[in-house]
Amino acid sequence: MKKLGIVVALIVLIGAVWGFLRTKPDDTKIEKLVLTGSSTVAPLAAEIGKRFESLHNNVRVDVQTGGSSRGVSDARAGLADIGMASRALKDDEKDLLSFTVALDGISIILNKANPVEVLNKQQIIDIYAGKIISWKEVGGNDAPITVVNKAEGRSTLELFLHYFGLKNTDIKPQVVIGDNQQGIKTVVGNPDAIGYVSVGTAEYEAGQGAAIKLLPLEGIAASVENVRSRSFPLSRPLNLVTRAEPVGIAKDFIEFASSTQVNDLIEAQYFVPIPR
Amino acid sequence: MSLSRADRQLVTLLRGCALLAAAIVLLILLFLVKESWPVLRHVALTRFVSDASWHPMDGLYKLTPMLSATLYSTLGAVLLATPLGIASALFSRYYAPSLLAGCYRRLIELLAGIPSVVYGFWGLITLVPLIGRLHPPGVSLLTGILVLTLMILPTVALTVDAALAAVPIAYLRGAAALGLSRWGLISGVALPAARSGIIAGIMLAAGRAIGETMAVLMVAGNVVQQPLGLFDSVRTLTSNIALEMAYATGDHRAALFVSGLALMSTLLVVVGTAELLSREPQHD
Amino acid sequence: MTKNSLATGLIWLAAILVSGVFFWLLSDILIHGLPHLSWSFLAEAPRNAGRSGGIGSIIVSTVLILAVAMVTAAPLSLATAVLLSEFTRYDSVFGRLVRSSLDVLAGVPSIVFGLFGNAFFCIYLDLGFSILSGGLTLACMVLPILIRTAEEGLQATPNDYRLAAAALGMSRSAALVHLLLPTAIPALVAGLMLGIGRAVAETAALIFTSGYVDRMPDSLFDSGRALSVHIYDLSMNVAGGDASAFSSALVLILLLLIINSIAMGLAKHWLHRGVVTA
Repeated sequence: MKKLGIVVALIVLIGAVWGFLRTKPDDTKIEKLVLTGSSTVAPLAAEIGKRFESLHNNVRVDVQTGGSSRGVSDARAGLADIGMASRALKDDEKDLLSFTVALDGISIILNKANPVEVLNKQQIIDIYAGKIISWKEVGGNDAPITVVNKAEGRSTLELFLHYFGLKNTDIKPQVVIGDNQQGIKTVVGNPDAIGYVSVGTAEYEAGQGAAIKLLPLEGIAASVENVRSRSFPLSRPLNLVTRAEPVGIAKDFIEFASSTQVNDLIEAQYFVPIPR
Repeated sequence: MSLSRADRQLVTLLRGCALLAAAIVLLILLFLVKESWPVLRHVALTRFVSDASWHPMDGLYKLTPMLSATLYSTLGAVLLATPLGIASALFSRYYAPSLLAGCYRRLIELLAGIPSVVYGFWGLITLVPLIGRLHPPGVSLLTGILVLTLMILPTVALTVDAALAAVPIAYLRGAAALGLSRWGLISGVALPAARSGIIAGIMLAAGRAIGETMAVLMVAGNVVQQPLGLFDSVRTLTSNIALEMAYATGDHRAALFVSGLALMSTLLVVVGTAELLSREPQHD
Repeated sequence: MTKNSLATGLIWLAAILVSGVFFWLLSDILIHGLPHLSWSFLAEAPRNAGRSGGIGSIIVSTVLILAVAMVTAAPLSLATAVLLSEFTRYDSVFGRLVRSSLDVLAGVPSIVFGLFGNAFFCIYLDLGFSILSGGLTLACMVLPILIRTAEEGLQATPNDYRLAAAALGMSRSAALVHLLLPTAIPALVAGLMLGIGRAVAETAALIFTSGYVDRMPDSLFDSGRALSVHIYDLSMNVAGGDASAFSSALVLILLLLIINSIAMGLAKHWLHRGVVTA
């Protein structure tokens, strides 16, 4: 037993020493860039960060999530070098700077089995406000509509409300969701559901055979192409936020992220690159 | 019983460790109060009960439907998981042949480690459509309870299993010598002897159920309304925090921490009551 | 007689029901996860937001976080459990205070732990987003599980052992190490399994503490993405990440099997003294 105890103690000691020795090895040589914020932007930022790292030696880009509001507050407090926000800055955040790196359109989706092919603006408003409650009233099956709404505060919700002129207190949903994937899986599993999610994600999933279809808005098809050409009306910006004019590697990173060099990365995440 | 000097030193060390647990709870409470302060400064506590609804963007902060949802889903899950968990433990201890029992126990241990997001995801793509065929839209209090039951069952099963293992074999032999049937032995001797272990298991499982965030979020519907039926779409306090924290600023964010405080207060009341009502376990 | 048969039938039914549901879940994970699994998947770093490449760095981060959590929590829990069981009267104020705190701690939501861990370990103690922060936060979370189960195990050991040890003139600590702890092994192991399971399964707490970075960690102070966080990101956040999510879940289950076996073996080896049960 004593031998085993000594062995264990040695292992722990070595481990601890290793852990501490590896802490800040070449502090002066490695520059770290910390981004925090929106989990929507995070995968994109991480991929851009990896490409940036491969082009710049001794730079580490660390991406953390926590939500758009965290991204903004961390940028302001200096806890992060750059904040990520999947929305435009609010009025009381105008002291910060934002740089849009991509767009994310919002599309209304229905289950593929739903015979309804198109809905006009007023119908959508009435469905979400609870005035139309059966698909029969808009030319579909005799089934109650399952309204899927996004959780409060989310930028997708804000844009949706703004475009349709609704207030969140007007909406009477049956299901409230958080992330896009949850929205898609909810609509896939329910033939009478209606919801709204990111255009790119919906297009991809539909292309992969998921049982959803995207509704056109005011006659314009919901597609990444149309968001890119700005003909599709509903979209939100994906922003990098800084406290002050960016300098050093933060500046380089933002320029890199805003350049055409990362267009393929943006499209790989099913967002829309901004025409430059 | 007087302690030797070595023992006394041991006790001092141990007391320090034990107080650490209490200290963590205190720290968490302080943290919640600190983060809730911005909204508590100008919104009276009663408004969290009396406001018309939960629409923080419009300054409405009614928490009670979500509190009810939390309580109902926890209660439902504990009611389902306790008998199933105890049955599982009895199965692996007294009924199954030892190879099967070992495999079964392994299975349960594995299930204790499956991330909540996997349970939630599976619930979303498998359970929800199934229940949706029964009663649309499929996301409901019932689905939430079912997923929670799955998640806390391993806790009950494993703790009860350990408690049963600790029942002195002399008891069991004595019971067998008296000619008790297997069920008689279990119900009359083993279970009562393992009583405090079973209660500990239920408390831990209940704690897990109350604190579960991710899985319930995906299957319960998240509509803020008072649950009036099993098939109603509900939102628990924890799901609420998880759903809205990412985009909440200022008062909204602080209000979410208030809901965290509400949960802690409920916990304190429940645990305090349970502690006051509990009796000393039987030492033989 | 009939009561016995009824009980037997019901219990077998319950076991079949429980294992049936769990096999359903596990088979879904197997079916969707197996195709994507390969040796390179286990060794490579994630590429393309995790949709290609592998999870090598993520496995390492997960194991490190788990190690930090258990190394911190296990001795502390054992010490507290021993105190509560052996040196405190069950209904003393101190005992009740600690026990109640633990029960409350067990019920704190994981996201609150995450936010608290972030504020306390990452910001206040200036550990930043790191494996250390994540591990310590997890340690707080599993404390109630480890302590309660260990305490129950110790409580259940026959008092005869203690009396006999006292009669022989053994100190309390000696009786503890040589008699009581070895007897309580099943409970200690059960607690360990539950604790490890809880730690590996935890998602929300780790997102805010050990973070999102999927690079291979250089030290405990680096941010590292845990498997559960990776699965969450792939299934809920990244379009087209489902396949990798299932494979990652499969790897997590396999990892858990291995860790559980090792932990059980170690616990039994260290604490077992060849005690003869009466």
